[in-house]
Parts: sequence; structure tokens; C-alpha cells
Amino acid sequence: MDFLRPASWEEALAAKAEHPTAVPIAGGTDVMVEINFDHRRPEYLLDLNRIAELREWETGEETVRLGASVPYTRIMEELRTELPGLALASHTVASPQIRNRGGVGGNLGTASPAGDAHPALLAPGCEVEVESVRGSRLIPIDDFYTGVKRNALAEDELIRAVHIKKADGPQQYSKVGTRNAMVIAVCAFGIALHPETRTVRTGIGSAAPTPIRAKAAEEFLNAALEEGGFWESKKIITPSIAKQFAELASGAANPIDDVRGTANYRRHAVGIMARRTLGWTWESYRGTSRGSTEGVA
Amino acid sequence: MRVNFTVNGRPQEADDVWEGESLLYVLRERMGLPGSKNACEQGECGSCTVRLDGVPVCACLVAAGQAEGRDVVTVEGLADYAKQRAEHGGCGTGACGTPGGTSLQDAQQWQAKPLDSQTGEGGELSPIQQAFIDAGAVQCGFCTPGLLVAADEMLERNPSPSDADIREALSGNLCRCTGYEKIMDAVRLAAARQSETAPSQGA
Amino acid sequence: MADTRTTGIPAKVTQGAKSKGGIGESTLRPDGTLKVTGEFAYSSDMWHEDMLWGQILRSTVAHAEIVSIDTSEALATAGVHAVLTHEDLPAAKNYGMEYQDTPVLAYGKVRHHGEPVALVAADHPETARRAAAKIRIEYRELPLITDEASALAPDAILVHEDRGDHHAGHVTHPNIVHRQPIIRGNAAEAAKRADVIVTGEYTFGMQDQAFLGPESGLAVPAEDGGIDLYVATQWLHSDLKQIAPCLGLPEEKVRMTMAGVGGAFGGREDISMQILASVLALRTGKPVKMVYNRYESFFGHVHRHPAKLHYEHGATKDGKLTHMKCKIVLDGGAYMSSTPSVVGNAASLSVGPYVVDDVEIEAIGLYTNNPPCGAMRGFGAVQACFAYEAQMDKLAAKLGMDPVEFRQKNAMEQGTIMPTGQPVDSPAPVAELLRRVKARPMPPERQWESSEGADVRALPGGLSNTTHGEGVVRGVGYAVGIKNVGFSEGFDDYSTAKIRLEVINGEAVATVHTAAAEVGQGGVTIHAQIARTELGVQQVTIHPADTQVGSAGSTSAGRQTYMTGGAIKNSCSLVREKVLEIGRRKFGSYHPAWASAELLLEGGKVVTDGGEALASLVDVLEDEAVEIEEEWRHRPTQPFDLVTGQGNGHVQYAFAAHRAVVEVDTELGLVKVIELACAQDVGKAINPLSVIGQIQGGTTQGLGVAVMEEIIVDPKTAKVKNPSFTDYLIPTLLDTPTIPVDYLELADPNAPYGVRGIGEAPTLSSTPAVLAAIRNATGLELNKTPVRPEHLTGT
Repeated sequence: MDFLRPASWEEALAAKAEHPTAVPIAGGTDVMVEINFDHRRPEYLLDLNRIAELREWETGEETVRLGASVPYTRIMEELRTELPGLALASHTVASPQIRNRGGVGGNLGTASPAGDAHPALLAPGCEVEVESVRGSRLIPIDDFYTGVKRNALAEDELIRAVHIKKADGPQQYSKVGTRNAMVIAVCAFGIALHPETRTVRTGIGSAAPTPIRAKAAEEFLNAALEEGGFWESKKIITPSIAKQFAELASGAANPIDDVRGTANYRRHAVGIMARRTLGWTWESYRGTSRGSTEGVA
Repeated sequence: MRVNFTVNGRPQEADDVWEGESLLYVLRERMGLPGSKNACEQGECGSCTVRLDGVPVCACLVAAGQAEGRDVVTVEGLADYAKQRAEHGGCGTGACGTPGGTSLQDAQQWQAKPLDSQTGEGGELSPIQQAFIDAGAVQCGFCTPGLLVAADEMLERNPSPSDADIREALSGNLCRCTGYEKIMDAVRLAAARQSETAPSQGA
Repeated sequence: MADTRTTGIPAKVTQGAKSKGGIGESTLRPDGTLKVTGEFAYSSDMWHEDMLWGQILRSTVAHAEIVSIDTSEALATAGVHAVLTHEDLPAAKNYGMEYQDTPVLAYGKVRHHGEPVALVAADHPETARRAAAKIRIEYRELPLITDEASALAPDAILVHEDRGDHHAGHVTHPNIVHRQPIIRGNAAEAAKRADVIVTGEYTFGMQDQAFLGPESGLAVPAEDGGIDLYVATQWLHSDLKQIAPCLGLPEEKVRMTMAGVGGAFGGREDISMQILASVLALRTGKPVKMVYNRYESFFGHVHRHPAKLHYEHGATKDGKLTHMKCKIVLDGGAYMSSTPSVVGNAASLSVGPYVVDDVEIEAIGLYTNNPPCGAMRGFGAVQACFAYEAQMDKLAAKLGMDPVEFRQKNAMEQGTIMPTGQPVDSPAPVAELLRRVKARPMPPERQWESSEGADVRALPGGLSNTTHGEGVVRGVGYAVGIKNVGFSEGFDDYSTAKIRLEVINGEAVATVHTAAAEVGQGGVTIHAQIARTELGVQQVTIHPADTQVGSAGSTSAGRQTYMTGGAIKNSCSLVREKVLEIGRRKFGSYHPAWASAELLLEGGKVVTDGGEALASLVDVLEDEAVEIEEEWRHRPTQPFDLVTGQGNGHVQYAFAAHRAVVEVDTELGLVKVIELACAQDVGKAINPLSVIGQIQGGTTQGLGVAVMEEIIVDPKTAKVKNPSFTDYLIPTLLDTPTIPVDYLELADPNAPYGVRGIGEAPTLSSTPAVLAAIRNATGLELNKTPVRPEHLTGT
């Protein structure tokens, strides 16, 4: 095994070009466990810790360009306004120690369906900025996940940042685990209201081979909200709409049975989370936010 | 490969490090600092918590090479670290909160009789270390080093934590012996003692 | 050995001089400072210059013949010093605590997933791992025995073909390790008096001790051909008895020293890496360190027996139990370990702390190809308590009675006859413990509500933000349990204490030397307290535990304060007699009181029972040291009759009761335990702070197996599916509620100071109390623990 320690982003890209099998390591959450437990012996480890710009973000007009290694702790503490869904998701990631080092680049690189960030990236919508010595490109998040633990990266590419749409409405994130902290998702759900475009987007984690959006649920809800004039009237969403949305979200899931949960439970839980998070975001949108609808932690 | 970094204020060097070694392994097996514990080696227990450039991390998830040139504080250096912080004024960071929160009386749910607290005499311990002893928060002690590093850092940021704050901040540190109650007592006790002694905790 | 780090507890741990520090005080741990500074040396911290690293290659299949093992490529790896298989073992090939059926390295067959097959020693752990990966093993897979049906089928393949153990003769099938029936009264006849009868089938999952300090240690070959072993264990002398024959060494050449123990809970009662590291050290002539990682640890020790329990209870309209019938099937896995004793406990404690005169009980332990099971905190009584407490709630519901009142009406008390015919001859405050937990004020409702909104940390799901109060229902549940203390069924259970009293630097100092394993429970604290009380000294030195002193027995079964505490008390009183003899010889003629039998040692002096000081210890002893090493036994017990189960099998019982308050998100099936109050009789709290710590820790392990902890074994392959802390979950600080503790001190007249073993009882009743609370919240029957979200949501 060789340990590559590029001092700059350019050096990192050059190293990755020269050694396409090099495994990038930043927060170490996934890679070090694989090494410690002898599941993986990469030829090269490519350390990204020395590249300061990966830990920085820029807030633009429309989007936040979030460096791949910005620690979850900073996202949850400093980006709650711009990226509320991702801030909530960040708060559910593993432990405080891991949140201090891990960033979305790791979740995206590993592309496990159980990665906590994915639903909160799918719901607001974003583009993943990847780069190689050949150049840079933006991959829409909807095209990023290509299979179980597979993504759209070319072998010489590294993840530089994620361009996430700044919240233009309420967002929520919810994750089921069988412990009250430090737990891998049994399944997770993210939702973002986009009042500017009068759309709702979603993300589902751990309930299909890849992170997915509940597209039929989104389409149904977008139509129902439009038809009923809900965006203007801000009236309470009828239980039947919420129910149907939840059922369609549940139907979007394509889960498996494993040690963390059964497929049936995952489908069920996705539906419950869809209904609840829709309720929370919509209440917030209505501006009648009562105490019990705002989660704090 | 060779790695150089600072541990508890002293420059350290290790040679012939295998590239897959963790910071934890290098500390324990190459630098004679086994205080950070190897309980799970998968970031699921917090027993190896150290501060890397001031930030609490799981040393098992840091590749040794990633520590190059950086600053590590382990449980072995915690007392010195806390002492220096105290000497640099108030609670060290200047970020002391307002008084209130846990009262000393609340914190002293532990039942150790002060007359018997002689165990810590002689050695200089940080307030959180002393509180863990006094409150009975140590049983087998394997989780203790990681908890101490994490709790000390939490009190640095949040000198008057609520119970929920403590629970959340230490939720990445598993303990199998105590049922956590005495650990809660210890952190409350350290916070209460800290607020009694910190001058900036005035009105 | 200047370059060696080997001592667990340093040689001269001395408790200070300012206070009395005797029994009944919350003195602080003598190892506390070392443990908070990182200086306390655990078994995984051992280090020796030039040491090698040992690595085990474990079976990838659960049941197979070993066709061939090829180590040549592994041996050729640079940096590798040895590659061993069973053919290289120096002497005995099997070990075992009760019966030697466990291969050091598999030969002929492997019988469970993760069984050690080959060993490597190399100069770096990675070198050893890479070499181990190059060992080629060819298996021919065999049919799997995974449950009662497959084990007891008439044509079932036998897990062990040639059993030579003493249970082989009386069991009804060779795949049954041990069977213990208990028949008392006439259950069939008594059932006719019952106005209500309830039955239930209960399942208890496989729990792991999940101690944080992994199996580890250092074996150092000695010049005399022997070995110095630094390991973490619960019972040095039991290890020694098993290790020496496998190394072909006499016991005196296997010198064991206790390294720091990172928790045990039963999981270190059996051997783990001790023999393997020693074999490598003897073979290579170099010190060998072994440390399991967390994955390996799940294969490195026995687990709590999973169980299926069938119960039938009857009761009259006025709420008196008429009879109980039960069948308890415990899965012992591939090797015996302590399964026979677990079976004996499950059977003899299956009625719980209740008066039932007519019973028909059968408990069996199976041999299967599942992971071996053995000791874990609560030891057979845990599984039974889960089932009989569910039954009590069912009966109360059917009778329309309050579940606590129903239990109190049937509660055992001093004088009650156990199903084994043994009278309960010390306090049994079962009804009072229940009264106390019930009388506590309830924790406030809706604690998650705050001015800023719902604090998810106080809600089911916690940080995962799954509910802000939706679907959340509160439930309350109660349970009480009974656990035996000490080793039972005729076992010659003893401990040994060597006490030395001498004058050092003008002060009388006692040294306590035992082989008792300090596993975190605070034995070292208590030992010093007892010596202070008995010898009237301030300074007590706790000598490191090793095999240079007689056996202390196991740190398990809630027995060490009773047994090693008793041995220390006894040896101290013998030392006192000697001191008084010396005093009489020197000073007897100066004061008539020296002739009195009632002289005490207090405050460094010989005093009369009236408090008059006769002489200081310093003057009595001068440069003479008094030293006594003596064994001490609890009163003898008897085996249970193999047909009727009758016999005075137990020494003492411990009782604890819990009230659980939970909040359940009924839509998502997630549980938050809000409070888990415990009341327990501890006999005498030698150290109140430690007592509370034990009760809270035991309670939390019971909580874990109620809602999250389970080793999942695939029934199709008998392979463990979740050997990691990612998928075997234990409670975090956000899962653990406040645990208020209320302890009684009703002395057991048979025990030293009246003490009662305390560590295990809280682990029993905590699980069924949480289950009862969840049932109360959801109305579901819930016959399996741990409860999973699927069970609560019907998915």
C-alpha cells in the first residue's frame, strides 16, 4: 500500500490520474473501517486532508457550493438557514466525533444507499462537481447514483464540491434507526418545499439499491397542491392528499430484508416519514408553526 | 513510511509505519501511549477519542499518514491541556456561558463522602478526570479515556450544559458498565465545579 | 523487564490515610487515577520489545469436515515466524470449563462459524493477517443443527459423536447437553383448582456481553521453559487448569498475572486467546501479543443462550397461583462451556420469586452448530424471568387485577419453599421491592416539549428526527426477579485470601493478595475496606491478582463480595488472632484485659470491646510480619436430583424489581425508555457508590436486550450476520434513561456482613419491565425480545 499526500487539489488530481485505483480518504469513516476490518487493501490511499478548499463553502445567489470535506458538524451548525434539510441530516450522522471529520464527499464517493446525506441532497436538488486532470463537470444528483455503491465518477475523477440549491422553503429530514443516536439508517426520507417553483422534491435512503426520489409521490403532490390552490391559500393539506402522498412514497421504495430491518417495515416507515415530514414542512410554510411541529436538537 | 506529529505538546516520530495503520495504532503500539482505547476500531464506540488539531475525532478512523504535521491530544495529556487552558484565563476559550444550568447540589447526586476523596491526591488531574473518580463514573474504565476527552471538549464549548446537551454530546461514546448515570453525574459535577471557580462566571 | 508494560493494577496500590474507609462507606476506587489518566494497563495495552503478533484463522462455515489444510504459502511469507494447525499442538487438544470438548484448533471438524482453525505469528499484525489469508483450507460441509427440531430429530447428525461427559448418560438425545426436570406437588391436579389458565411461547434472542476491552493479552516464554501470561479473565485458576494441559506444562510453569480487564459480564469466564498466544510463544521463543478486533470478538467468546420458553400458569379468582408448567429450551451452540449450569439455573429459578407449590418444569440445553453460548450476567435466570413476568401480566389482566398487586399476592418471602424443595432462609422482600418502585412519582409527561419546539432528543427516534410527538404513547410496566448467588449444585465454591500485616515506615500496613479478577465491579475497593474494618489499619495495599496465591473462584454469579470478601474477612480475623497472640506474649502481663476474648483492632491499636486501647499495632508487631493464606467456603450445596430436581442447590438469592416508563412511537415502532426505576435488596452495601453503579449497569444491559441487542444467526447457514458494533447495537447515552435506585439492606445471616450478591439481579427484571411497558403502551402481545420496530408495526 502507498500513501499519497497531495498538498493541493491539482496534485490530488494528478495523483488520481496517475493511479486510478487510488482510494481517496478524507474523514476516514468508510475507508478506515474497511482497512481495520481487512475488507479492503487499496494499492494507494489518497489523502485529501491537506487540501484546505475542500473544507470550505461559498454561498452564492442560488446555490451553496459545499466543499466535499466540509465536516457535518459545520453544516449542521452554520448552514441551517441555507441548507436546512442537509443540516438536519448531518445531525443524524453517526457520532459527534465522526461528524467532526466526515463530509458529503464521503457519502457520495461510497454511494451506499444508507448514506445519511443522500435524501437531503436529492430533495433540494444539487449538482456534484467532479474534476480530473481532463477537466471539471457537474453531475446532476439525479444521475449520480448508478447502482449499489456505484456512482457516475470516472476512475480519474475526484469529488470537489456539491452545488446545492439554497432553501427557498421549508425542508425536513427524518431517519429511522433502532437506536436513538449513532445508528445506521434502516431507511430515511428527505423533503423540500420549493414555493418559488411550486414544487415539492423528495429523497429516500436505504430503501432501494440506490438513493432515490419518490417521483410519483412528487408528481401527485405537485398536481394536487396546484389544483387545490394550496400554495396561495396556504390552507391545511387534506388528510387524503397526505395519505396518498405517503402511499406513493412508500410505493417508490424497493427495499430488501437485512439485519437492520425488513423490506415491509422499510416500505411502511417511508410512508410514515413522508406523511410526517410533509406535515412539518407544510405547517412551517403556512407560517403557523406551532411548538410541536418544529424539531430542535 | 515515516510520520511526524505532535502529541500532547511533544513532537513524535514513527518509522516503518504501514500505510494502513491508524493514528490509534501508532499512538498505542509505536509511541507508548496506550491510553486511547481500541474497543471497536470502526468509529462506533468513541473509546479512542483524541483531539486532532483541537477537534475530537475517533483515532481509529484517522489514517496515520493523515496525522502528519498535526497536533494530537490524548487522555495522557488531558490534565496538562486543561491546566494550560485554565492558565490562559477563565475557561480558556473565553466562550464561557452564563451562570445557571446545573447547580452544585444537583450535580452532587453522587454519594462519595468528601472525606474519602483521597484517591486523587498527589497527581494533578483535570477537573473532568477528578469528577469521574469522585462521582463513581469509572468501573472497568475502558470507555473512560475517550469519554474524558469528549466531555472535556464539550465543557470547553458549553460550560453549563443541560442534561440533554450532555447526552447528545456523549452519545458517540459507549459505556457497557455504568448505565451512564454516574457519567452524567460526573459531567454535571465538573460543570458545577468549573462554574464555581471560573471568575468569568460572575453575575 | 524494563521494556515491558505488563501490570494491570500496579504493585503498590495504596489507599490513603485520611479516613476510616471501612465497610459501608463510599470510598473511591484505588485504580481510579490510573484509569482516568490512561495509565492503567489493560490486556490489549501489553507490549514487549521484539514481540510478535498472533492472528487466528477462523472457520468460514459452521459445520464441516476439514479435508485439508495447506499452510505452505503462509509460512513462506516474509516476517512470518510460525503457522500452526492442530497438528502442531504440544499436548492436550481440547479445553473447557466444565468438560474439555472445545478444540484449541479445530481438528477433524469445525462445529460453528468462526471456530479457530489455524494460527500465525508475525512481526506485524498486517503481516500476520496477510499470511493467514494465504492458508488454504478445504471443507466438506455437513448438515446443520440449528434448533430444537433439527437437533432432536431421530436421524439428526450428532454435534459430538463421542461424548464422555457426565451428562451424556442421562440425557434423552446426544444433542442435548443437559436436561434438568423439576417435579414438585401435582401440577395436573392443581390445575383443576384454577379459574384461569394462561399459556405463552416466548423467545429470547442471543445477547452479547459486548464488553469494550477486546480479548487480548501477552504470552512471554520464560527461560525455564514455562510461560508468563498477562491476560484479562474472570477466573485465573480456572484458566490455568485448562491452559497447562494444552501446553504440556505443569501448572507452576504457567504463571498468570491479571492484566487490566475492560469489562467481562460472563464473557471472559471461558478461555479465549490464552492458549493460542501461549502456543505461539512457546513455538517461536518470542513474546506474542494477540488482540481481537471487534469483528473477531463476536466469535471470540460465548454469548447468552438464546431460548424458547413455553409456560402455563393457573390462578384462582382471588388471584392465587395454582400451578406452573414450563419447558425451557436453551441453545448451547457447538461446545459445552457452562451450559449445564445455565440449564440448572433456568430450571430451578423458572418459577420466579413466587409461591407455587405444584410445578412441572423441564429445562434442556442443546448442542447445535450455532455460536457457543455460556455465561452472561444473569446466567439462565434472565431468560426465565422474561417469560414468567410476561405470564404474570397476562394472568393479572385475565383476572382484572392490578399487575403489581397480583405479584405481591403471590410473592415469595422468607420461609417459602422453592420448587427444588429448598427453603428460602434469608429475607426475600419481593412484595416490598414492588411496592417501592410503584410508589415512586411518575416522570412528567411530554418532556420533549420546549419553548423552541419538540426536543427530539427526548422522543423515540432521538436525533433521527422521526417524530415531534406524533404517534407517541406512554406505557408503564413492572417486573421482579430472583437470581441465585454463588456457584450452586454441589460445586466446591471457595475463595482464598492471603493477608499480611506488618509495620512499614512506622505504620501498620495490610496487604491483601487474592486471585480475584477485578473486571470493573470495584472488588479492589471493597477488599481494602474489609481489611481496614477487620484490622483497624488505614493503609491497605492491594497486591496484583495472580496465580501465586490460591484460587478466588470466578468473578461471576454475583459471588465475589460474598466469597473473596468472606475470605478476606476470614483471613483478617486469623491475622488478628495471631496479632493478639503476639500482643499477649509481649504485653499480657501488663493489663488483665489481654486475657479477654473480645479484643479488637481499631485505629491502629489493640482495643477492648469497651474501647480501651491496650497497645498500638506498631508496638505489638515491631519488625514481625503476620501473614495468613486461607481458603474460605460458603455453606455446601447439593446437586439437583436428575428426575425430580429436588435438592438444596443454591446458597443465596438476590431480588430486584423494576418499573419501566416508556414512550413508544406506535406508528414507526420506535421506543424511548423514559425511566427505569429499580429497587433491590443488597443485604449490606459494603460500598454504596459501587452498589448503585452495579445496579444501574445491570439495568442498562437488560434494557439493551429489550429493545436492540441481538446476535442474528442465519438459520440457513448458522453464520453470524451482524458481528460488529454497526449492527449489534448497545444502548448509547441517548437510549439510557435515568435509573433511580432504591436499595434495601436486609442482612443475610449466613453471609459475611449480611451481603447479598448484587450484580446480576438488576439484569433480570429490567428486560421484562421494559417489555411490559411497551405492551402497556401498544396493547400488543410481544412474546419475543428484543422488540424490533417490525414487531410493533406488524410489518
